[in-house]
Amino acid sequence: MTFTLKIWRQKSPDEKGRFVTYKAHDVGSGMSFLEMLDGVNQGLIAKGEEPVAFEQDCREGICGSCSLVINGIPHGPDRGMSTCQLYMRRFPDGAAITIEPWRARAFPIIKDLVVDRRALDRVMQAGGYVSVNTGGAVDGNVLLIEKDQAETAMDAASCIGCGACVAACKNASAMLFVAAKVSHLALLPQGKPERTRRVKTMLDAMDREGFGSCGNQYECEAVCPKRISVRFIATLNREYLRAGVVESGLPAEPESPHAESA
Amino acid sequence: MMKLDPKIPAGPLETKWDRHRFSEKLVSPNNKRRIKVIVIGTGLAGASAASTLGQLGYQVECFCFQDSPRRAHSIAAQGGINAAKNYQDDGDSVARLFYDTIKGGDFRSREANVYRLAQVSAQIIDQCVALGVPFAREYGGQLANRSFGGVQVSRTFYCRGQTGQQLLLGAYSALCWQIERGQVTMHPRTEMLDLIVVDGQARGIVVRDLVTGRVSIQTAHAVVLATGGYSNVYYLSTNASGSNVTATYRAWKQGAAFANPCFMQIHPTAIPPGDEHQAKLTLMSESLRNDGRLWVPKMAADHRSPGDIPAEERDYFLERRYPRFGNLAPRDIASRAVKTVCDEGHGVGPGGQGVYLDFADVIERQGQDVVHERYGNLFDMYNRITGEDAYYVPMRIYPAPHYTMGGLWVDYNLMSTIPGLFVIGEANFADHGANRLGASSLMQGLADGYFILPYTIGHYLATAKLLPVGEDHKESRAALQRVAGRISRLLNAKGRRPAASFHREVGKFLWDHCGMSRNQAGLELALRSIPALREEFWRNVVVPGSGEAFNQELEYAGRVADYLEFAELLCHDALHREESCGAHFREEHQTADGEPTRDDTCFAHVAAWEYREHAVPILHKEPLAFEFVQPTTRSYQ
Repeated sequence: MTFTLKIWRQKSPDEKGRFVTYKAHDVGSGMSFLEMLDGVNQGLIAKGEEPVAFEQDCREGICGSCSLVINGIPHGPDRGMSTCQLYMRRFPDGAAITIEPWRARAFPIIKDLVVDRRALDRVMQAGGYVSVNTGGAVDGNVLLIEKDQAETAMDAASCIGCGACVAACKNASAMLFVAAKVSHLALLPQGKPERTRRVKTMLDAMDREGFGSCGNQYECEAVCPKRISVRFIATLNREYLRAGVVESGLPAEPESPHAESA
Repeated sequence: MMKLDPKIPAGPLETKWDRHRFSEKLVSPNNKRRIKVIVIGTGLAGASAASTLGQLGYQVECFCFQDSPRRAHSIAAQGGINAAKNYQDDGDSVARLFYDTIKGGDFRSREANVYRLAQVSAQIIDQCVALGVPFAREYGGQLANRSFGGVQVSRTFYCRGQTGQQLLLGAYSALCWQIERGQVTMHPRTEMLDLIVVDGQARGIVVRDLVTGRVSIQTAHAVVLATGGYSNVYYLSTNASGSNVTATYRAWKQGAAFANPCFMQIHPTAIPPGDEHQAKLTLMSESLRNDGRLWVPKMAADHRSPGDIPAEERDYFLERRYPRFGNLAPRDIASRAVKTVCDEGHGVGPGGQGVYLDFADVIERQGQDVVHERYGNLFDMYNRITGEDAYYVPMRIYPAPHYTMGGLWVDYNLMSTIPGLFVIGEANFADHGANRLGASSLMQGLADGYFILPYTIGHYLATAKLLPVGEDHKESRAALQRVAGRISRLLNAKGRRPAASFHREVGKFLWDHCGMSRNQAGLELALRSIPALREEFWRNVVVPGSGEAFNQELEYAGRVADYLEFAELLCHDALHREESCGAHFREEHQTADGEPTRDDTCFAHVAAWEYREHAVPILHKEPLAFEFVQPTTRSYQ
């Protein structure tokens, strides 16, 4: 198969970028999208030209490195997968394909299709953890966790931190990313002691980094390679509201005298 | 002259580690904040070590080449992590995990190290649960287990097919906390390109900032390498494309011994290679062998579709050859069995490189929903890559380079032959002998990082005499010069061949002559051919762009240059080891029915290689004494 690629090229953060058109020849339908790009790059390198910079590493959809907007959609046309899991059999022979980087104020472009996503790390550093020292942990079975709850926590925890949710959002919001971490830890007993502080500090950090607010358009869920549900954004909002109540000094979950247990 | 002193504590196996910890010197809390430790790599070993050292009060400088520490390749481990919890009450114990690991490694690892690994395994699970790792649970709320290859108990903890991801995100979250506290300074997109050794001690590294291209010197009191394995020397492997040998190889050139480089695990269940453009082999978790059955048509070159081949015309070759372990035979044995049936012409799919992994029986017995719950994401992944639906058509799988048991030689304290250079996780050679059992790499990475290194490095820092070393020290300047020289040589070769074509060629050579089975003639041929390829590389490689900018091709070409040297070391080691053990199969050493023959008289040793400039490396041997277990023929029949 043969494709016409319109690829965003930008030498450095300060220079203006532009689209450059390339041809991809002899593409097999069993090739992955990234292998197709490898082919284009090998051709450029052999000519002594600079290859198109793009990020990838594990090529099995788990490391979260890859970050291409393909025909306007982060990670391309199919749901529930990252760019590295996209195969060329998905495209008709002769198609024109536009490839751009993640675009968001919080993700400055480093070169071509590579962006700086350290803002997501800084949001995590603001509170995306359980403050527990190494050593001295109690036996793993001391705190029982309902299977359903563990599964829901796992649904949230499966976020790969690629940033597609940000790239897809009109407001470049990182709400789904933050919601996934806040929900994962709020659902587990180990994460509960710090839940009030965590949701506040992570959302503050999100604002500080220049991510926008949630517009309830669900674009994030639509492009998430791990299909993380926007229901977790509802959980995040609930956690945020709860934190506000707790910090105001009112009892967040009033104890009913007849309740069986917490 | 290099001396190998494993520093194994004397006395009973069960109490070695406890007594050793007590006899070790501690660094006083006030002094810790004046001590700087460099950690390179942020996989399970690196992230857990960096966070724990930060928590203890050391100043930690942590480096990774990825854009975020969370992307280290540990993230891709699928199946699970072993621990001797005996939650299933099925006869597991520390002693059994120890024995399974020693036996699984074909009696080529140190008893004391492996026993310690089994001892701390239970703590790892508790630590991960405390960090919020969402392990799979039973309906009663307790932790769930599954079984894995090479053992007869159920001791593997898991998070769907994403266990490595969840364990790494746990360690990464602990690291985030220490970064927030100011105990760890994180340097993402920064690659280590050389080691600084002063007065025989590791005192720093030379790094390149991958965004600006700036090369700089980082000095410290000790250096920890957690830089993973070198499977990518084969070009096609299950590793992420960034995984490389550079950090450990450069440390080798500065005097750290490299142990057992030829012990290289070929994983039996990867998706078979397709065309020549293929950039990686995708692993299908070993856990699939719990329920999937491996088979090939009994008739060679049988091109019928699998559904048309009746049961009596199928050869369930693992069940036939290894009735006791069946489809759960260890990785080395399963891989070779797959190769054997394919070499005999029974392979299926393009080029006859593949065997079926069939789930029809379990689907019939327990229903598709159960299979979906256990392996749903793996079936999805298979479907995306091959376009086939494994719920209806058996998967096709073929072995692929996956994990390296070999690595830098370390003593019981995880310190290399260069004082002050510690090596943890897959980067060292210590615990898996000649073959690693499934779900043991996650265990070892976290054991080293959370529970072993933080103790042993303290003793070194408390007792070593460490004079101040700065950027202006002559050894620092010399290391910087070496790095700058290599970069300019790569950029100025201005040839015609991209680095990838050299990488593919050396990888193919190794796969053919130093892969699943090896022989003297092939290895000697490889040793004759690799230098010529290397010579051509330096003459004819093309690396566009500049060194003072973001330049992915320059990063890659530097790694390929190291593969072209390292490949020779691999072959030297494989040639010296005149026996078949674990993953290392020498065709000259097998029984009439193709089972490997180990030679405990001549080869019960760790082969540790010392670098020599422009000469064959020098072999040193660390004898392996078995005081507590009796090496037996490793039978899974």
